[in-house]
Amino acid sequence: MGRKILFITTDQQRFDALGCNGGIYARTPNIDALAANGIVFDRAHPQNVVCMPSRSTMLTGQHVSTHGVWMNGVPLPESAPSIARTLHDVGYSTALIGKAHFEPLLDPFLRFTENRLGAHRVTAEPGHDPHRGFDHMELATHGAAGQLHYSQWLREHHPTEIGGYYNVLDRELQVNAEGGGDTGAPQVKANPIPREWYHTDWVAERTIAWLDSLPNDRDWFCWMSFPDPHHPWDPPASELHRVRWQDVDLPAGYIADANERERVIDDKLRHWRGWYDGTFVSNYEAPAKWVPSTLTPDQVREVNAFTHVENELIDEAIGRVLAAVSSRGWSQDLDVVYTTDHGEFQGDFGLLFKGPYHVDSLMRLPLIWRPAPRLGMKPARVGRPVGLVSLASTFAHIAGLDQPSYAEAPRLPVDDADADSLGHERVLTEWDSVLFGKIVHLRTIHRDGWTCTAALDGTMNSFGEGELYDVTADPLQHVNRWDDPSVRALRDELLADLWSNLPQQQTPLRTMDAPV
Amino acid sequence: MGTVRRHLFIDADADTVWGLVGAPERLHEWFPTTSTRMEGNKRWITLASGITFEEDIVTLDHDLRRFQYRIVNNPIITSHLGTVDVIPDGDHRCVVIYSTDMEPEVLALPIGGAAGVGLAALKERFEGNS
Repeated sequence: MGRKILFITTDQQRFDALGCNGGIYARTPNIDALAANGIVFDRAHPQNVVCMPSRSTMLTGQHVSTHGVWMNGVPLPESAPSIARTLHDVGYSTALIGKAHFEPLLDPFLRFTENRLGAHRVTAEPGHDPHRGFDHMELATHGAAGQLHYSQWLREHHPTEIGGYYNVLDRELQVNAEGGGDTGAPQVKANPIPREWYHTDWVAERTIAWLDSLPNDRDWFCWMSFPDPHHPWDPPASELHRVRWQDVDLPAGYIADANERERVIDDKLRHWRGWYDGTFVSNYEAPAKWVPSTLTPDQVREVNAFTHVENELIDEAIGRVLAAVSSRGWSQDLDVVYTTDHGEFQGDFGLLFKGPYHVDSLMRLPLIWRPAPRLGMKPARVGRPVGLVSLASTFAHIAGLDQPSYAEAPRLPVDDADADSLGHERVLTEWDSVLFGKIVHLRTIHRDGWTCTAALDGTMNSFGEGELYDVTADPLQHVNRWDDPSVRALRDELLADLWSNLPQQQTPLRTMDAPV
Repeated sequence: MGTVRRHLFIDADADTVWGLVGAPERLHEWFPTTSTRMEGNKRWITLASGITFEEDIVTLDHDLRRFQYRIVNNPIITSHLGTVDVIPDGDHRCVVIYSTDMEPEVLALPIGGAAGVGLAALKERFEGNS
């Protein structure tokens, strides 16, 4: 028997969400225990800060320019490489339970397999090879809408609970700006659904059911993918007592003084201010009718409190799955990798959600690798920069395979010395959005403690403009040093390194077939 | 207003391609719909998800090789105009252009995606494996 792999992802979770990373509100003892016995990465970045491109990187081991899913709504081709397929081909049982999102969710033509599986209430398409290499897919997204399995299950078994979820889209099918909770914060609602029917617990229960279906001697790869804490923030109302918003301090990244906040934003690329003022909504992932400058301190606190509650529920769900693994006698052979697809502002700079903003709020991610305990590997914290692009090679390594030929990055390191020997010097992140004439293109490198973002020509920015942050001295990225003559040589060196290491973008860009 | 446009060159003469594209009752033969029903200037199409669109045929111009339609009486779609043009590019090649303008604007994107599938199906049908 080989090592089993439990790959756990959340959606839109910040680095500081977890106790092991300094979080003080959500109690995350199960994740913290994985961290205490594993490798914690202090500088892990996604290769794109929205779901579909980032998840496609996890699956393919490729940068966005290579796999071509440059924005939400661009489907990953069925023929794209997949680490799940690689593992399947060497005998692993494979499953993805929860949020996949390699294909658009808004799919009235049922063109995409993920939606068809849900609509037809099957976990694999009869007569077809496993979709993307997964023997079993049982899927969910944020709430009760859509075709996916969780929505179908809720409609069939608990239809009265559907209305308890926040309506993610408004009547014009835009991301809903309607406020809720005590403070009127957008995308916030106390959900009357019983906790055991909420999607977090459903994902854990379906994961346990799949594991129960496997024989004891089977090697397996299970991607357990929680839709939370991505907005809408609508956790079960019964759990809100865990973290009262009135007891939550404003986050360090929130700039209380409006003049200072706007000065900081004005020092960045121009699209920041356009979004803050509500005049330039460049992407579909944030409510188009919501104006960030209207965000109040109490709304920030309520969004944060609801997020902390969701993170606690995720941790408890993980605990139940780990207990189920233990009951099967698999614990000593189990590798667990925990991460998320991208971050969330949660009030930093007076903003919520995400978009073309390459700062730590969205780019610095929780990433933990707890190797199989029987190996006796030494716990470590890794400070070198790594990317989600290394996950596919890591899963291959765990399975005893070489780095797949399609993967563009080495496996994750086990400590900083290993990182140096593997060549983890830099991590790259790309952004491309073209939404009805609003265009933003960014390319970012992080290395040696600096984050450098170059704008390409777009609606509000031009090539030659950018952002440069000394992340060590300026951990909140309030000071853009792009035009600072004292670091001009460093900036140019970072840009040269960025351009020489970024894969060539596949052109023409593939078509965007849905907003999300 | 959401505006999308897809186009594809096909190695077949415009009249041959228009013979299918200009027959609105045969939409399901090339566009990713499951059924098509016509009554006069009305058309109803059904998608794989079970959604049915009621449509008014606005233009069916065999000389110009232009087809236009509107989705009507829909609780979500407040404005729509779809246009399909088949334009000759020499005697043995044509370009098919599928345009959609609609509100809510975001729905233009999946319709554009479906149009891309439809155009590829046309190319496959008229060019085969060549």
